[in-house]
Amino acid sequence: MTRRILDHPILGKIEDDNYVSFTFNHRVYKGLENESLAAALLANGIRTLRHHEKSGASRGIYCNIGHCYECRVSVDGQQGIRACLTPVKDGMIVESGGQLQTPRIEDGGLENG
Amino acid sequence: MDNAIIIGAGPAGLTAAVTCAEKGLEVVVIDEYMRAGGRLLGQLYEEPNGNWWNGIKESNKLYKKAVDLGVNFHLNTAVNNIENSNGIWTIYTERDTFHTPSLLLATGAAEAPIPVPGWTLPGVMSVGAAQVMTNVHRVKPGERGVIIGVNVLSAAIAMELQLAGVEVASLTLPKTNQMTQDSGKPKEVLDSLLHVSHMAPSPFIRYGSKLMKNDFMKKFGVKFYPKKGVKMWDIPIQLRKAVTEIYGENEVEGVTLATINADGEVVSGSEEHIPVDFVCIAGGLYPLAELAAVAGCPFYLVEELGGYVPLHNERMETPLVGLYVAGNITGIEGAKVAAAQGRTAGLSMAHYAGMDELDGEIKNSIEWTEQTRDSAHIQFHPKIEAGRKKILKQWDAYQSNKERSVVTNRQGGIT
Ligand SMILES: Cc1cc2nc3c(=O)[nH]c(=O)nc-3n(C[C@H](O)[C@H](O)[C@H](O)COP(=O)(O)OP(=O)(O)OC[C@H]3O[C@@H](n4cnc5c(N)ncnc54)[C@H](O)[C@@H]3O)c2cc1C
Ligand code: FES
Repeated sequence: MTRRILDHPILGKIEDDNYVSFTFNHRVYKGLENESLAAALLANGIRTLRHHEKSGASRGIYCNIGHCYECRVSVDGQQGIRACLTPVKDGMIVESGGQLQTPRIEDGGLENG
Repeated sequence: MDNAIIIGAGPAGLTAAVTCAEKGLEVVVIDEYMRAGGRLLGQLYEEPNGNWWNGIKESNKLYKKAVDLGVNFHLNTAVNNIENSNGIWTIYTERDTFHTPSLLLATGAAEAPIPVPGWTLPGVMSVGAAQVMTNVHRVKPGERGVIIGVNVLSAAIAMELQLAGVEVASLTLPKTNQMTQDSGKPKEVLDSLLHVSHMAPSPFIRYGSKLMKNDFMKKFGVKFYPKKGVKMWDIPIQLRKAVTEIYGENEVEGVTLATINADGEVVSGSEEHIPVDFVCIAGGLYPLAELAAVAGCPFYLVEELGGYVPLHNERMETPLVGLYVAGNITGIEGAKVAAAQGRTAGLSMAHYAGMDELDGEIKNSIEWTEQTRDSAHIQFHPKIEAGRKKILKQWDAYQSNKERSVVTNRQGGIT
């Protein structure tokens, strides 16, 4: 189900309707060209953008304007990109980050940390 | 080398850019967001005269004016450091490095969070985030939500959500703890709410402002404030309830709402579950002044302005030569005041670039800012004028200290 507000009582109808395709975690979605990745994903009902590196808990947007860094995803292989500040482009490959493997103590992990 | 660089394309930065360009300066504007307009983009409300203030339209007008005047924009470009050497500012971004003798910081404000248990679940967002989703991107933050934190901004955004067909089940308080402090106490909240009262169609709240000027009446008001809350634009405002927890497996599924007494303490056994698919947190705004700190600008904590602000005068100059500030970085106010400050900053920058005979214009611009402040429709901090006076006093003290220390140094040099 789309969550787009196609017609707004004050703002009127959405004017630019150039849809582009992008993938998120290998699935294809459509977004409006130049809207933010965060908006495009939410319009497709996706709230979870990544998982906490340590606890694995799901995380989504918080501030939506670039301040909190909660929305980090990887875009075309580049990590740590803020989904709320990045315009969607056709063919973009977006992936969420997963939980990091905790280094084992025998590999020089926590104990030396 | 550029004549002037402006960081931040909100109403302050854009107006400053237009002003500088009109005075013949070559101007570069840098902003990390993908569109120019800053927080003005999301603003949408009916003014007392019945006209709608449409932030997107206002932003586009300002942006177009700047582009037509030849202002050079670098959007989608975050600034991560600035440095000064020999009177030249170097601005580092993810891509390019810029140089200028004259730099304006118009980076606006950030939202303070309220860490309610469960607040990191997807579906929980700041109230400003919901505003941008709804009004700028035209995507619903959810179908039904709760707003935690009752203040000017959350009241305005609750209405904007409703306008977009999103249901706001409740505008309510967070449970008090060390972090939430006053935002969880009905009396304090009622106090601050009195400043939005003129926007409210609800007679209760409108009465409130006249009725509850003194402390006694405020206590009285909280005591008799109906537990169900009152409705503003059909949205229940529940000052006698608080969210104790946001719950959900992987995303928001609902909130636990409890009744609280006038001091904000939870009445045990009163908890109920409210199913929602999103939650907004409204903890208030504070000036986003990190870059001024990096530059080495002195700071003062002025609660009336919303937090720590870089030292500046009415001409929007800082004590650092060639460094200016305008808009919310100097104190939390609405877009029109930010724009007025931007104009003053632009004129000061033109003056610094060598343009003479601007004193009259600068004086007028300062007066215009004051008039705009006086007639502001939304006021975030009731004692903003007192705050402005405090920072000016600090400025004078700083200047006379500096003169004194220069004198001492000179004497030191002689003996
Ligand atoms: C979330 C939010 C919602 C608001 N909603 C309202 C409202 O509904 N009504 C109202 O009257 N006021 C509102 N305000 C207050 C608002 O800040 C002012 O009305 C006005 O927009 C302030 O203008 P400004 O130019 O000072 O800053 P802003 O409009 O905030 O613009 C600052 C700009 O600087 C950019 N920036 C910041 N840091 C960097 C960096 N390091 N590198 C590059 N760019 C940077 C940002 O991307 C932004 O575009 C809101 C503020 C916030 C934070
Ligand atoms: S949601 Fe905060 S940085 Fe993107």
